Amino acid sequence: MTVVVLDPTGERAPVERQRLARPASLDGLRVGLLDISKARGNVFLDRLSELLAERGVDVRRYAKPTFTKPAPVDLRHEISTQCDVVIEALAD
Amino acid sequence: MDDGAYVVVNGECPTCALVRPLLGSLPVVVVDEDTESGLETSFGWGVDTVPTLVRIAGGVEVERHVGWLREEWRAFFGDPGLGAELPEYRPGCGARAVEPLVEARLRGRTLRSRRVELASEEDEIEAMFDRGWSDGLPVVPPTPERVARMLSGTVRSPDEVVAVVPPDLVECTVEKVAVNAVLAGCKPEYLPVVLACVEAACTAEFNAHGLLATTYFSSPVVVVNGPVARRIGMNWGLNALGQGNRANATIGRALQLVIRNVGGGRPGEVDRATLGNPGKYTFCFAEDEEGSPWEPLAGGGASAVTLFAGDGVRGVVDQLSREPESLARSLALALLAVAHPKLVVAFDAMLVVSPEHARVFRDAGWSKDRLRSELLALTTRPGSELVQGAGGIAEGLPAGFEGAQLPKFREDGLLIVHAGGGAGMFSAVIGGWVNGETGSMPVTREVGG
Repeated sequence: MTVVVLDPTGERAPVERQRLARPASLDGLRVGLLDISKARGNVFLDRLSELLAERGVDVRRYAKPTFTKPAPVDLRHEISTQCDVVIEALAD
Repeated sequence: MDDGAYVVVNGECPTCALVRPLLGSLPVVVVDEDTESGLETSFGWGVDTVPTLVRIAGGVEVERHVGWLREEWRAFFGDPGLGAELPEYRPGCGARAVEPLVEARLRGRTLRSRRVELASEEDEIEAMFDRGWSDGLPVVPPTPERVARMLSGTVRSPDEVVAVVPPDLVECTVEKVAVNAVLAGCKPEYLPVVLACVEAACTAEFNAHGLLATTYFSSPVVVVNGPVARRIGMNWGLNALGQGNRANATIGRALQLVIRNVGGGRPGEVDRATLGNPGKYTFCFAEDEEGSPWEPLAGGGASAVTLFAGDGVRGVVDQLSREPESLARSLALALLAVAHPKLVVAFDAMLVVSPEHARVFRDAGWSKDRLRSELLALTTRPGSELVQGAGGIAEGLPAGFEGAQLPKFREDGLLIVHAGGGAGMFSAVIGGWVNGETGSMPVTREVGG
């Protein structure tokens, strides 16, 4: 069951943590490819996956249940704990 | 809610079961506590017993009857034959909306703080660390239910603004204090004390902003006086300044967490302490008033908190003095060391006198004022010993004070408190931070409801 807590802060900053700085290189990093489940996004991501794999990058695949809604909090948590970098893409 | 007649019932109550056959033919809307919406309505109306009849007219409640009393129901519906086959009277049952767990859940929905959803695979305790809400020790996740229960400890409204908390100058409500009191591990009955602490800390006199931002060691030291200390089980005896008592530990911690989380005062950011001190996790204790030879630090019999900008505990040993003059000289020597023996007037101090030391003064009939004035005299020193370079030490007062006699403390700069276990001829000096307009003055606030 999802736990909800009340924000103890002055609520001046967004709850979502800020994005990390873009890394200079993908060497040794785990790269997540997030398919938002819009038509043909997988085609683009498949090719990206091939190109990254050729360079020896550790690639992991994820997909949102639907492009119409934000990614579920569990999926975001899974990606954040398993990846150093995430590429979210669509090809419409 | 539309105008009309309503009856609040639930499925567990025999009296509700008794009246239920009547309801189908009466002009009444059934509010069933076994549905979520019915439960919310019951809670919103403050129903504590079922069945309860309620009449709304012109958008406001105009009539209410509790339980089954045939004559009341007949009058309410204008039906003189109603319930002829039923007994004349049956008391109602407790409403579900006031069951403790249910009430906390429903009350939690009325709170205004932002909801933060944790991932189901996220460890709750780790999540609190990840979001930066902890002082470095685990905190209790502030679920709406826990915060609602915490708020039951005060009569104040959750949306009442308690103080403007530095350094970010954020208006802090009773609810936000309660959220942080949950984090800290407080029980609901501690909340009024925490609220008084927040009020005292956020005054211009106490200057929590400067105290946080300084490179110096100090942070709030909380002394609790009056009946509330006993009522909530605080410690003023053995190990009074130490660990092990929940109220002492969590009240001081809650104040620190309010400054950290609501005010945004975090170490390495606005908190620029060079070394800090362990009291920045929590530093709160009660005064032993019953065993004291003296009047309490504050309150005059009422419950109150006094905040002092303290730097930590230094022990003073004197196991041989049986005369007050001798013991006062020992304490004075220790007090001279506050901040630096050659720096005077700028720093206040709190002296925590233990029972065995207090006994020496009691037996000799020394009042607290007498002890204070003796200590002020004993800590007054010739400027020639205090100026820069004196004693081969560069630190000191500027040249020009050589001819003066200089007091270590200002008149009101020595706070005397009685606490500690029955054995041990020790007292404690808690040095202060810079006092006066540019620093922090001790602030007392009464503890409300």
